[in-house]
Amino acid sequence: MTLIYLILILLFISLCWFYLGNNSAKIIKTKSGRLHSLAHYYGLYVLLYSFLPSFFVFIIISVFDDLLFSFLINDYIPDNIKIEPDYNKTIILAQIQNLIDGINFGNPSDWIILASEKMQEWFKISTISNYCFSILVAIIGGYLGFKNIDQDFRSRNSVEKIVIFLLALSSVIAILTTIGIIFSVIFESLRFFAIIPASEFLFGLTWNPQFEGAERAGSGQEGLASYGSVPLFVGTLLISFIAICIAVPVGLYSAIYLSEYSSKKERSFFKPLLEILAGIPTVVYGFFAALTVAPMLRSGGSLLGLDVASESALAAGFVMGIMIIPFVSSLSDDVINAVPQSLRDAGYALGSTKNEVILKVILPAALPGIIGSIILAVSRAIGETMIVVMAAGLAANLSFNPLDAVTTVTAQIVTILVGDQEFESAKTLSAFALALTLIVITLILNFYALYIVKKYREQYE
Amino acid sequence: MNKSLMNAKDAELIVKSSVLKRRRKDKRLKFYGRSTIFIALSFLVFLFYSIFEKGIPGFFQYYVTLDVNLDQKRLDPKGDLSHESLYNGDGRGLVLEALYKVIKPKGRKEKKSAKKIISSNADVRIAKMILNDPSILGKTIPITFAVDDDIDSFLRGYIKRDTPESDRRINDKVINFVDILVKENKVIYKFSDYILTGSASRSPEIAGIKGALIGSILTLVVCFFLSFPLGVATAVYLEGFAPKNKITEIIEININNLAAVPSVVFGILGLAIFIGVFGMPRSIPLIGGMVLAIMTLPTIIISSRAAISAVPPSIKDAAYGVGASKLQTLMHHVIPLAIPGMLTGTIIGMARALGETAPLLMIGMVAFIVDIPNSIQEPATVLPVQIFMWADFAERMFINKTSSATIILLVFLILMNAIAVFLRNKLERRW
Repeated sequence: MTLIYLILILLFISLCWFYLGNNSAKIIKTKSGRLHSLAHYYGLYVLLYSFLPSFFVFIIISVFDDLLFSFLINDYIPDNIKIEPDYNKTIILAQIQNLIDGINFGNPSDWIILASEKMQEWFKISTISNYCFSILVAIIGGYLGFKNIDQDFRSRNSVEKIVIFLLALSSVIAILTTIGIIFSVIFESLRFFAIIPASEFLFGLTWNPQFEGAERAGSGQEGLASYGSVPLFVGTLLISFIAICIAVPVGLYSAIYLSEYSSKKERSFFKPLLEILAGIPTVVYGFFAALTVAPMLRSGGSLLGLDVASESALAAGFVMGIMIIPFVSSLSDDVINAVPQSLRDAGYALGSTKNEVILKVILPAALPGIIGSIILAVSRAIGETMIVVMAAGLAANLSFNPLDAVTTVTAQIVTILVGDQEFESAKTLSAFALALTLIVITLILNFYALYIVKKYREQYE
Repeated sequence: MNKSLMNAKDAELIVKSSVLKRRRKDKRLKFYGRSTIFIALSFLVFLFYSIFEKGIPGFFQYYVTLDVNLDQKRLDPKGDLSHESLYNGDGRGLVLEALYKVIKPKGRKEKKSAKKIISSNADVRIAKMILNDPSILGKTIPITFAVDDDIDSFLRGYIKRDTPESDRRINDKVINFVDILVKENKVIYKFSDYILTGSASRSPEIAGIKGALIGSILTLVVCFFLSFPLGVATAVYLEGFAPKNKITEIIEININNLAAVPSVVFGILGLAIFIGVFGMPRSIPLIGGMVLAIMTLPTIIISSRAAISAVPPSIKDAAYGVGASKLQTLMHHVIPLAIPGMLTGTIIGMARALGETAPLLMIGMVAFIVDIPNSIQEPATVLPVQIFMWADFAERMFINKTSSATIILLVFLILMNAIAVFLRNKLERRW
């Protein structure tokens, strides 16, 4: 927390430089009557020269000292512990950290005490050096900028260059995020495919992830882990299919009504109301599905003599269908609205009724866009997590029966990765492989949908 | 082709009958459209009804009023009114004595079952009262205590009297005692002290959402301060300065794709990069905010770009005309005019982040945390995750509390969206 003060100090120093730069520019102006830029640009220039490098130094030191220390601490871990089979550096680091924080579990061994003392010492040194270095850089940087000030110096141009550079830097974050996602998922997936062959993952019919310990403890086939992802994808498709069966008719008819039949007032009233459905958090839908819809389906099923599982694909799919209605209705509504009026007028001029114009002129014209909106809704349904976790269950049944409990890709990712996990085991890694396939599928769907919509728009614009 | 011409009357008849049919078809389509909207909205109403029906009672609970003799020696054994001394005191014993005075149990067995009536939190409540006002020590005053969740469920009628004793969670003796308390007018049903100010707990009668709510606020604050400046800066760059080249194109495609990535994947990113590579601790709002910031970034960028490009070129031209540079034009004229639109997009993104659950589960914000977080570096949970956790608990009372928490979450979301709509309607200029 003391680092917050350091940032404040740095800000203060650079503000001082701003004041100095601003003032000296003003003095130059009154003396010579001529200055390239407005005075405050000189101030800003000095401020940026002082703050940016010192902030950079600050970030570098405060991020990398932990990494350096966890590397240096190796020397203080006795060799006999390092060779032990269950040697785990993260745990040892956590033990040392606990001791520093004053949390004690039993009696720590001497070397841990020693290491934690060293660690504390290092942290002190790093904090002090962080203060010294960044303040020094702030002062020197400010001075270097300050020295540049004279009446011909183009400070506005320099400031603008720096600011535009910063703006460009922030737009790179989006790329970094994507790279981060790709790396984190692909690396772990490759490690997974080194343990489990890709063919087994893609075509295997049973999904039964186990930690290695559990695998050893289990006797016979039941205890063996298997990573065939087909049941998960069947479950995902089944639930998405149910959702689409609900969302598409409801969404499409609503869109037709809103864009063709309703008055303007009616439309501006109903459209936002429908969109509320997309704004409700998924955990609320999940709770609703598990608490209200699933028991209703169960009792309804038993009236008809059907055996509905308490966590059924139908309940999850039904609620998910409600959730994605606005995706279909709003997008389709926009697309239908974008069909040129001249097409409608042509239809009416031939004596068609509204119904005929809609079905025979507008819908065919808007079809690509409607399909695009449906694909987007499907991609949303495939990626949806909380509803399935809460309402569809975790049983990896290979079943096409909507009344059975099934599980999905997202639900498995969540259950595998929630809580503590060892990054080495095939079970944990399998979640990354699942995530990879999930990303690939949703991105393909998304690209395709956008492509269709774009192609269609070009026809009329 | 020797087709004879139809005579005019026949033709008219055919057309007339077909027109009727066609009009009927038209009406049918209109009817379908109306009824699907009706169906969709009734889903919405049903959802809200089922949550409110269970959630409103969740804000209330049953309390029992007892005249407790606040014996100084037993409550404050060390006599220094310190935390430690008060929490070591025998508050529970005094509460039970006060209870026994009303219901008069006979023998140890009856006393043992009578203990079940009062929530286990009673002694903490007394200790807190004394810390607030030490002058009550030594007096006998009426204090209200929450009843245990099973008793609460019984008083609400969820646990039925005519169920056989062996199938009930509370036995006949306890029911008898509760009847005495009701007859003596000791039981009241009032707004719960715990739902808004309590923290996570396994005992539903004292569980509340304060910790989760503060966790949510901390997480959103982090998310806002990361995503808003970054998003706006990116939007300004892409709209104002980016050269039309391959790199810009890649950035744009990237942003659009990030918007389509399922939210779970962002959780995986947080787990693998922030926790796995950088070794940051789990369950803290800092990481939660970072993950949510990455998730909302595309929303903010896209809406900010739309807001910036909606500012008419005449304004820019005027600024250029009086000699402003590109950056000056943007900073002094375009962005101030685009701010309402940017804020609208940001608030909508924040509302989505507030309701997001899955990515936060993966970075460990699902841990059972009793302490109320004070900073962004302390373990915390958030409101939707709390709802998810409570939804899993078996106690009947948790269903009500979960629904209450859901209502609070929805209220916050509606508030945020209302602010966004207000901004859009009042501040945004139409050109």
